[in-house]
Amino acid sequence: MKQDYLVLKNLEKIFRSGKESVTAVDKVNLEVKEGELVTLLGPSGCGKTTALRMISGFELPTSGKIFIDGEDVTTTPPNQRPTTMVFQNYALFPHMTVYQNIAYGLRIHRIAEKIIRERTEVIMDLVGLKGLNNRSPAQLSGGQQQRVSLARSLIMEPKVLLLDEPLSNLDAKMRVSTRLEIRKIQQRVGITSVYVTHDQEEAITLSDRVVIMKAGKIQQIGTPQEIYAHPVNYFVADFIGKANFLGGKVVNILSQEEIEVDIKGVKHKVSIPKNTFSEGDRIFLVIRPESAELEPKKSGTINGIISQVIYLGSRMVYEIEVEKNFLTVEIANPQEHKIYSIGEEVSVILKEKSLHVIPYEEIKN
Amino acid sequence: MNSSNRKIHDITGNLRLIWKEPLLFISILAIFYFLIVFVVFPIFQVFKTSLFIDKQWNFSNYSAIFSKRYYYQPFFNSMLLGVYTATIGTIIGFIFSYALTRTPMPFKNFFRMTATFPIISPPFVVALSAILLFGRAGSLNSFLSKIIGDYTIYGLGGLILVETIAYAPTAFLVLYGILQAIDPSLEEASMDLGASRAKVFSTITLPLATPGIASAWLLVFIQSLADFGNPMVISGNYRVLSVQAFLQITGMYDLPRGSTLAILLFIPTIIAFFLQKYWVSRKSYVTVTGKPTGATIKQLEWYIKLPVYSCCIIFTGMVFLFYGTIIHGSFQTLWGVNPTLTLKNYVEVYQVGKDYLIDSLVLSSVATPIAGIIGIFISFLVIRKKFIGRGVMEFISMLTFAVPGTVVGIGYILAFNQKTVLFPFVMTGTAWIIIILLVFRNMPVGIRSGIAALQQIDPSIEEASTDLGADSNTTFRRITLPMIAPAFFSGLAYNFVKAMTAISAVIFVVSGKWNLITIAILGFVDNSRYAQAAAMSNLLIIIVLIALGIIQLIVNRIGKGVRTIDIVA
Repeated sequence: MKQDYLVLKNLEKIFRSGKESVTAVDKVNLEVKEGELVTLLGPSGCGKTTALRMISGFELPTSGKIFIDGEDVTTTPPNQRPTTMVFQNYALFPHMTVYQNIAYGLRIHRIAEKIIRERTEVIMDLVGLKGLNNRSPAQLSGGQQQRVSLARSLIMEPKVLLLDEPLSNLDAKMRVSTRLEIRKIQQRVGITSVYVTHDQEEAITLSDRVVIMKAGKIQQIGTPQEIYAHPVNYFVADFIGKANFLGGKVVNILSQEEIEVDIKGVKHKVSIPKNTFSEGDRIFLVIRPESAELEPKKSGTINGIISQVIYLGSRMVYEIEVEKNFLTVEIANPQEHKIYSIGEEVSVILKEKSLHVIPYEEIKN
Repeated sequence: MNSSNRKIHDITGNLRLIWKEPLLFISILAIFYFLIVFVVFPIFQVFKTSLFIDKQWNFSNYSAIFSKRYYYQPFFNSMLLGVYTATIGTIIGFIFSYALTRTPMPFKNFFRMTATFPIISPPFVVALSAILLFGRAGSLNSFLSKIIGDYTIYGLGGLILVETIAYAPTAFLVLYGILQAIDPSLEEASMDLGASRAKVFSTITLPLATPGIASAWLLVFIQSLADFGNPMVISGNYRVLSVQAFLQITGMYDLPRGSTLAILLFIPTIIAFFLQKYWVSRKSYVTVTGKPTGATIKQLEWYIKLPVYSCCIIFTGMVFLFYGTIIHGSFQTLWGVNPTLTLKNYVEVYQVGKDYLIDSLVLSSVATPIAGIIGIFISFLVIRKKFIGRGVMEFISMLTFAVPGTVVGIGYILAFNQKTVLFPFVMTGTAWIIIILLVFRNMPVGIRSGIAALQQIDPSIEEASTDLGADSNTTFRRITLPMIAPAFFSGLAYNFVKAMTAISAVIFVVSGKWNLITIAILGFVDNSRYAQAAAMSNLLIIIVLIALGIIQLIVNRIGKGVRTIDIVA
């Protein structure tokens, strides 16, 4: 397996219109392994689609380079790149049947009709479109259209498969089942893929690694676990999953992997991947809703008042007011625990293993 | 529900309509009466005159025409001219739309405005300009003779040139809408799968645009067949149907033969219209919603840009050359002989043409609002109301759009020079016949823009109003009307332009008492007084532009983002 199958090197894209210029992608560096599925994740306007379009060749970078399997493809036109794209709106050719759509790329490359037939059959089987050869795209459901689009790209056996928010036009239920489907097919074929989405749940469930972007810049690259457990900054921690933030101070560097922090007078030991803090630094403690427990009020802990209670069957969600901050705490399996009601005073007990520390920053809302 | 049940249901529905909304019912009947008398009846009269002699079924008019080359040649000439003009015009229109939607060509708005300008100008101005440029005393005549040898602008070549300039804009507007509506990601997908630019074009762009191309071709073909002004000025010995029918009637007073020629003109036009409306448009994969897709314009190779840009620049240059010549020519003492600049043409035009101009303005000003109101009312009935004959109403009102002016004009003299059961008044020679002709000839565009506007208004908006307690009257007044007002005024603009520049049909019904500026211009051209004709054409264009400007101002005040010119087109 090649470690640097797809490489983006200092990739930059600046859009100019008149006197204004917008840096859509800002010095992005990324290496994707062969067979890996990497997701570009971020809010709209973060440059993820622009990055994808540069990989596919529809946008030319302002500066920087793109390598696929060792070859510099930075200026290769899209029709000569070993990439294919699944478009957000599928872009199925309305004047062709399902079969013609899928066979299109092979026909363009003048493959023998017999081979085209075999490969189309195989790919249609793989994505579950058997028997729909002669339908027109307008006669298909959204999910089926999506699969035609995927098949049309896969049949080209591209070196890199690009997916531009492929699920955004499906309803919620279809999205969940289709993303599992896509992941299965991707793994079975073993195809290197770059997937663009703004849905963090989608990114976490189907990626080998996630690239989080904001305003054209990469914030963090890591496996879904790394990103969830050890976000590097407020943006990432806030964007992935739910998180509570409590301000505090570093009081003691215990080792390269462990520091002690002071939160509202209570000290906590927190393990981190690699220490970058020094004593006295202001920090945020990141507390996921499931990394806290509630107990009846006692001293020596973080205390607060229950301000909202939401029962979700499998979970109980409490909102607790702690000195004008609101913390969200989820208790799994509520039957096993004491149920608190609004107005009750409680102690918030933090589970030190799942806590995380990020640098303090001013939060503008 | 089976069909007889449905019929009963329809009839009870209609009865309920009479009961609940008698006013609406009466207006529907009135509109049907008008459509039958002023649209169907005249065409019927033309048929009747060509097929009956002394109240006897007689085919001799047709056999006479097909026995003599002199008579049948115009039919083939018209068809040939139509095919040439439609083909060249569609190619130019396509290249123009491609440039505007698929390339990073600079000054797009400028090109767009120039390309659509011929639509608002009187139809024969281009021909007049061609004579000023390439005629015997033409300013480019000696220059061109040196290059291509002896030639004459009068004839098929000249006609193709001027009609292409006059009608390529129609093709452009149709194709612009189509190309704008093709999702660029389809082309990207094709390229992504390995297709070269040529392959993308031949396997995606072109097939998707084909119904639009066919549509554009047929529309230009119809316009070319129906064109009267340009051939009247420049056809020379190349005889076409519209002019021949006119000459048979005004020169030979031979109504039956003129009617027969008109029918020969009518049949191919109406076939082309049906093909366009009911066949080609059904085959379309592209829905023109008016909402442009986010076209992504990418780097194009020079060998694509060069020919495309050149074509646009050349065509735009021609438009400037032709209309510039009209302006230039209007200030010359005697074209080709004495180039001293002078204002005397305008003085003369004012003295001679003042009455024509006033007539044109008065008649158009009366006809325009009537056409506008009937148009918007018919579109409302067709889209929002259910009644028996709704489809027939839409069909008849669109018919006038397809029927060549020559046929309508002949029909009007035949139908209204005597009292009939249907219409017990003689109108020939009055202002009314001109006004009514203008109203019913120009109404379809008001209907079309009304229908387009109403279809874009989600019925749930009106339902929301009803839901909040408004009755249907209030809803129409407070919700529907304000929303379709821009379309209404834009329809008015178009109607006014068409009324002021009309010639092919009205030329049959003008009289000594009521005459029109376009016919006065044609008179000047006939007498080779080109400078005066140019001056008068300029006046006409300026008046039309002022009117468009005023209506655009109104539209700007009441509706945002609607451009009159778009709807005019």
